[in-house]
Amino acid sequence: MLSKRIISCLDVREGKLAKSIKFLETRDIGDPVVQAHKYYLQGLDELVFYDITASSDNRSIMLNVVSRVAEQVFIPFSVGGGLRTVDDCSRVLLAGAEKVNINSAAVKNPSLITEVSQAFGSQAVVLSMDVRRVPPTLEIPSGYEIVINGGRTPMELDAIAWATRGEELGAGELVVNSIDADGTKAGYEIRLTRMIAEAVHIPVIASGGGGKPEHLYEVLTEGRADAVLVASMLHYGEYTVGAIKKYLAGKGIKVRMTIGEDLRNSVE
Amino acid sequence: MITIVDYKAGNLTSVRRALDHLGIPNQISSDPRIVRNAKRIIFPGVGHAATAMRVLQESGLDSALKEAFYRGTPILGICIGCQIILSHSEEGDTPGLDLIPGVCTHFQDRGASLKIPHMGWNAVAITQSHPILRNILPGDEFYFVHSYYPQPTDLTTIYATSDYGEPFPVAIGSKNLFAVQFHAEKSGAIGLQLIKNFAGWNI
Repeated sequence: MLSKRIISCLDVREGKLAKSIKFLETRDIGDPVVQAHKYYLQGLDELVFYDITASSDNRSIMLNVVSRVAEQVFIPFSVGGGLRTVDDCSRVLLAGAEKVNINSAAVKNPSLITEVSQAFGSQAVVLSMDVRRVPPTLEIPSGYEIVINGGRTPMELDAIAWATRGEELGAGELVVNSIDADGTKAGYEIRLTRMIAEAVHIPVIASGGGGKPEHLYEVLTEGRADAVLVASMLHYGEYTVGAIKKYLAGKGIKVRMTIGEDLRNSVE
Repeated sequence: MITIVDYKAGNLTSVRRALDHLGIPNQISSDPRIVRNAKRIIFPGVGHAATAMRVLQESGLDSALKEAFYRGTPILGICIGCQIILSHSEEGDTPGLDLIPGVCTHFQDRGASLKIPHMGWNAVAITQSHPILRNILPGDEFYFVHSYYPQPTDLTTIYATSDYGEPFPVAIGSKNLFAVQFHAEKSGAIGLQLIKNFAGWNI
């Protein structure tokens, strides 16, 4: 059976890691490629790079990052942030990413999901959704609303309805990011994740709120997530990928164990 | 020198980058003459089987690959390159190159809880030893993205299986041809190991 995937995300601004990441080694400062390679060697299963560059003039810097990551990191990775057209997506895929991550642009223009999935296959399209808890209404019966622009703009769109619509439009995977849980380190939004996982037939990646390995265990079992996004747990050096996987494996979760960088027959 | 066959079916650059990382000389080519005379070939691909087969036929790469196979050139197929070496694919109901008898079959009726495509990391069980699987150990995992899988007629051409609801073939081979359903080029050190094994495979 498939292993549960541990995925991490790196925020990149104008080619440098955003400051939310604390570095253990001084020579690592600022370079997303170095950080990505470090996680790759620790046994991370997949990576996401969010380009948070403010000016669209500087987006070509991101393509250089993508290309350098692809030269050194031999696991799948996706790129998100500022992708508004099929051409934008084409550029990051040609630079070496396996998948694109679309969020606000898909809410504003749902046909983007279909266009990208027809051009590159649904496996290349990850639909990311930011979700906030609200009192249930007629428009939002689940009590979970889609928000965009980093959580600032509510869309009066039910998260469960958007998830199933996203699948129909051609998304291959969903990232479900809870704005309420994000940054709390108090655990993932189990109920939301489970509701979405039960509503769709594509993999669901839980995001927001992970603070300790127990939280990953909860969302992978009770929350029925196929994969889980971890950020600060790794970025602040509190845990390694290996330590997280060892914990999960001990609890009976199937995770991928790795051999590090050395090839087995390279010592000759 | 390894020639990576370019037939507009995706991910050639990740294969090239894996070879570069291993220090193995390589070139990408869509020229049937170069493929026909290549010393060693990687036949990669993502996408749709019928589309891939049509491009191969229109470019003349189909006969170039067949010739290379029959003259004994070592060939490694990856993903779509593992599917269209069979006689037929259900994806787009297309004939394949027929280098290994069999069909490429859709995952279905494997229980409602199984998501299709089969995407992510899965362990591979080796059913027959092969030089390309040297140093791959039980429990090693590779990265998969696919909705169809190879089903050879002759079960002795199966070298490894994975489990998704039930076992299915993931590595098949015949003579100088070996092919894997998973993306070795995106499977970390284990995948690089397999590619390195192929580069050193003497038939």
